[in-house]
Amino acid sequence: MKSIKCECGHVNPEGTVLCEACGKPIEGNQHIDGNDKKKLLNMRYDGTARRSQTYNKSIIDKIWSFFSSVKVGVWLIVLALIASAIGTIFPQQQYIPIDAISRDPAIYYPETYGILGQIYYQLGLHNLFSSWWYLILIALIGVSLVICSLDRFVPLYKALKIQKAKRHKTFLSRQRLYSESDEVSEKEKEQVIQNLKKQRYKVRIEDGHVLAEKGRFSRWGPYVNHIGLIIILLAALLRSTPMFYTNEYVWVREGEQIVIPGTDREYFIENKGFILDVYDENDERFKDAIQKEGRIIPSNFQTNAVVYKQSDDAVAGSETDLEKVAETEIRMNHPLEFDGYKLYQSGYQLNEFSQMTFEIQEMPEEEGAEVESFGEFTIDLINPQSEYELDNGFTVVIDEYFPDYFLDSNGPNTETQHPRNPTFIFNVYPPDTDKYETSFVGDIIGAADSIGIDTNSVELKPMGEVLGMFATNLDATGENEYQVAIKNMDFHRVSGLSVRKDSTLPIFGFGAFIFMFGVIQGMYWQHRRIWIQPTDKGIRLAAHTNKNWFGVKKDIEKVIENTNVKMVEDQQELDE
Amino acid sequence: MSIENKRPNKAKKKRNRLIFRTAILAVLFVAIIYAVVTNLNKDNTIYKIGDQAPDFQLEQINHNNEVESIQLSELQGKGVMLNFWGTWCDPCEAEMPYMQQLYPEYKEKGVEIIAVVLNDTRFNVKQFVNKYDLTFPIPFDNKGAIQDLYKIGPIPSSFFISPEGEIVEKVEGALTLERLEGYLKQIEPEDNQD
Repeated sequence: MKSIKCECGHVNPEGTVLCEACGKPIEGNQHIDGNDKKKLLNMRYDGTARRSQTYNKSIIDKIWSFFSSVKVGVWLIVLALIASAIGTIFPQQQYIPIDAISRDPAIYYPETYGILGQIYYQLGLHNLFSSWWYLILIALIGVSLVICSLDRFVPLYKALKIQKAKRHKTFLSRQRLYSESDEVSEKEKEQVIQNLKKQRYKVRIEDGHVLAEKGRFSRWGPYVNHIGLIIILLAALLRSTPMFYTNEYVWVREGEQIVIPGTDREYFIENKGFILDVYDENDERFKDAIQKEGRIIPSNFQTNAVVYKQSDDAVAGSETDLEKVAETEIRMNHPLEFDGYKLYQSGYQLNEFSQMTFEIQEMPEEEGAEVESFGEFTIDLINPQSEYELDNGFTVVIDEYFPDYFLDSNGPNTETQHPRNPTFIFNVYPPDTDKYETSFVGDIIGAADSIGIDTNSVELKPMGEVLGMFATNLDATGENEYQVAIKNMDFHRVSGLSVRKDSTLPIFGFGAFIFMFGVIQGMYWQHRRIWIQPTDKGIRLAAHTNKNWFGVKKDIEKVIENTNVKMVEDQQELDE
Repeated sequence: MSIENKRPNKAKKKRNRLIFRTAILAVLFVAIIYAVVTNLNKDNTIYKIGDQAPDFQLEQINHNNEVESIQLSELQGKGVMLNFWGTWCDPCEAEMPYMQQLYPEYKEKGVEIIAVVLNDTRFNVKQFVNKYDLTFPIPFDNKGAIQDLYKIGPIPSSFFISPEGEIVEKVEGALTLERLEGYLKQIEPEDNQD
C-alpha cells in the first residue's frame, strides 16, 4: 500500500480523495468520487479512503471488500424483496385451507397450481421465512450492514478528527457554498467569529484560518441506526432457540392434570373447570346479531387453571411432589403468567363425555312399552373398568370400548383415544348363568346429528337425560332378553391453551429504540461546517453541510450581518 | 514522519487489520451457520440420532409383564427399542404383532422393547394386550410428559437406543418385520454378536 503525502505534510492512506487534514484534492484519485468531471467536490465520507475499494490482497480482504460495497448491499435487499414478493403468489404453508385436497405441501402445491406449484414447493417458497436460502439472504444483508458500517464509520471518524482548520484553497473554492471578499478588516473578522460562536458553532483558529463546526454528532446517526438493526437481527436469531422462544399448544380437559409442553416438563397444568358464557338470545340487544350469525356466540370462555412446578431433579414421568405456583382464571386477553411463560386461552371443545350411566332393562315387547329395570351402573369414560357387578347379580363385561366411535368398511372403530363419541359392546351376564347376551350401545353423537343438533357448537350437557333414548342400541342376535339403555351421561369440556415464551421481545424493543435514536440523530441535526481563510486583504468563505443547505445559508447570513463579507453563492446552481 | 519511518508501523497495522477482519467475518459466519442449522432442526425434534436418549420413569401397565415401573436409565447395557403408540392408531396396531414376534428372541440377545402408550385408557390397553398377547413392558404416559420429552408428533414413532444409551435410529411410521429386525440387530449388545 502506497501512502500519499499531501503538500500540507499530512500522509494520507492510499485511495484518499481529499487530504484528511487540509482537504486538497489528491491528484490521480479524483475519479473515485467523480470529482474530475465536476467543479464541486463530492464530500461523501469527507473524501476519505474507503480502503476496501482500493486494494484487495488476501481472500479475507476480498470477502471484506465485497460486503463493503453498498451496491452489493442494495442488491441483496432487492433480492430479498423480490423473493418476499414471489412468496405471496401462492398461500404459505400455514394458510393451506382446511378443505384442501391435502395439507401436505408436497401434494397440495403441485395438485392445486400444477407445474408452477411444484417449482414453488421445491424452492421452499411455500415456507419462505424458514427456507434456508432466504435465511442466508437475510443473514448476508446483516453481514453487509456490519461491514459497510465499519468500513465507512472508521475512516470518517478519523478524517473528522484529523481535519485542520487550515485548508487548501481549492478545497474551499470547490465547495458548494463559496464566496471571496476582497476587503475585510480584522475587526470584522473578529465580529464574524463572535457571531459564529453565538450561533453555537465550535470555532477553531489556526494561523488565522477558521473552522466553525456544529452538529458533528449527527454524522453518527446512520451508524447508530445500523447498530439498532443488527440488534434486531440478533434478536431474530435468538428467537429460533427454544431457550428464548417457545410456542406450543395444549389441550387439557376439565379435571385433568398434564405436562405443559415446551417447559422441559417442569410445569404441570390442571384444569379446574372451563366456563363458557354466551350472549343471551332473548336479549333485545343481541337478538338480531345472533340471528344473523345463525349460531350461539360466546361472550366469555375461560379456564380456571392451576400451574404446578416439579422439583428440578425429578426424572421425567416420575410422580413427585408438585408445588403450586399459580392459580388463576385464563380468559381472552388475560393470560396466565409464570416464570416467563404465558398461557393464553385459545380454543375449546365441547361435549367430551366424562361418564355414562346405563340401565339394564328387560327387552320391550314393542316400541315405547313400559319396561322393568334390573339396576344401573356408571362407567368413567376416561378410565373404564373391565366389568361391572350389579347388586342384583347381573354382571356386565365390556367387550370393546370405542372412545371416538365411527363405522367404516372394517366395522366399528375409534378415531382417537378421546371420549368424543363413546360406544360399547357389552356382554351382559344375567344372575347365576355363564351365558351372556351381547349388546352394542352408544354413538350418541351420531344420534344427535340425525335429529338435527349441531354437536360442535351446542352443549349437550342439558340434554344428558334424554339423549340416551336416541342412542344406537343393537341386539346382534335378535334374541336378547335384556337391553342396556343409556340412562344418563355427563360431559366435560376441553380447553385449548397456547403456551408462549418470548424472551427476545425486550431485545427487539431495545434494538428498535437504538434504531429510532439513530434516525432522530441523523435526521434532526445537521453537520454544518464553515471555513474562513485569510487572503491578502480579504477572506475566502466556504461552507458545507450534509443536509439542509437553506439552514446553513441562514446561519451565514446572520454571521456576516453588518460586515463587508460577501454572501456565499450556491455553486451547484452555477454548475448546472 | 517520513514515509520510510512508517513502513514497519504499517506492516503491523496491516496485520492487525487482517486479524480484525478475520475475526469479524468469523463471528458473522458462525452466526449465519447457527441461524441456518437451528432453523433446519426446528421440525420439533430435539433428540436426534447420535444424542443420548433422555431418561424417564413411568408406571408399567402390561399385566403379562411383572415389572411395575420402567426407568430407561436402568436398562443401560441393553439395546432398547422405544416405541410410542396408541390403541386407537391403526398403523401402530399393524406393527405390534411383529414386535411381539421378535421380542422373546431379542430379549435373550439383550434387547428390550418398551412400548410407551400415549394418553389412552387402561381398559383399551388391556384389551389390546390380550388381543395380541403382548409381553413387553408398556409404560403409561397419561400426562404427556414423555411425549413432550421425546417431542412425539404422529404415532407410531420408534427410537432404537444402543446399549450405551445413544439414539441409533429414529423411525416415524409403521415398521415391517424385516426392517424391525434390521434395526433390532443394530442395537444388540456387542458381546452377544458373533
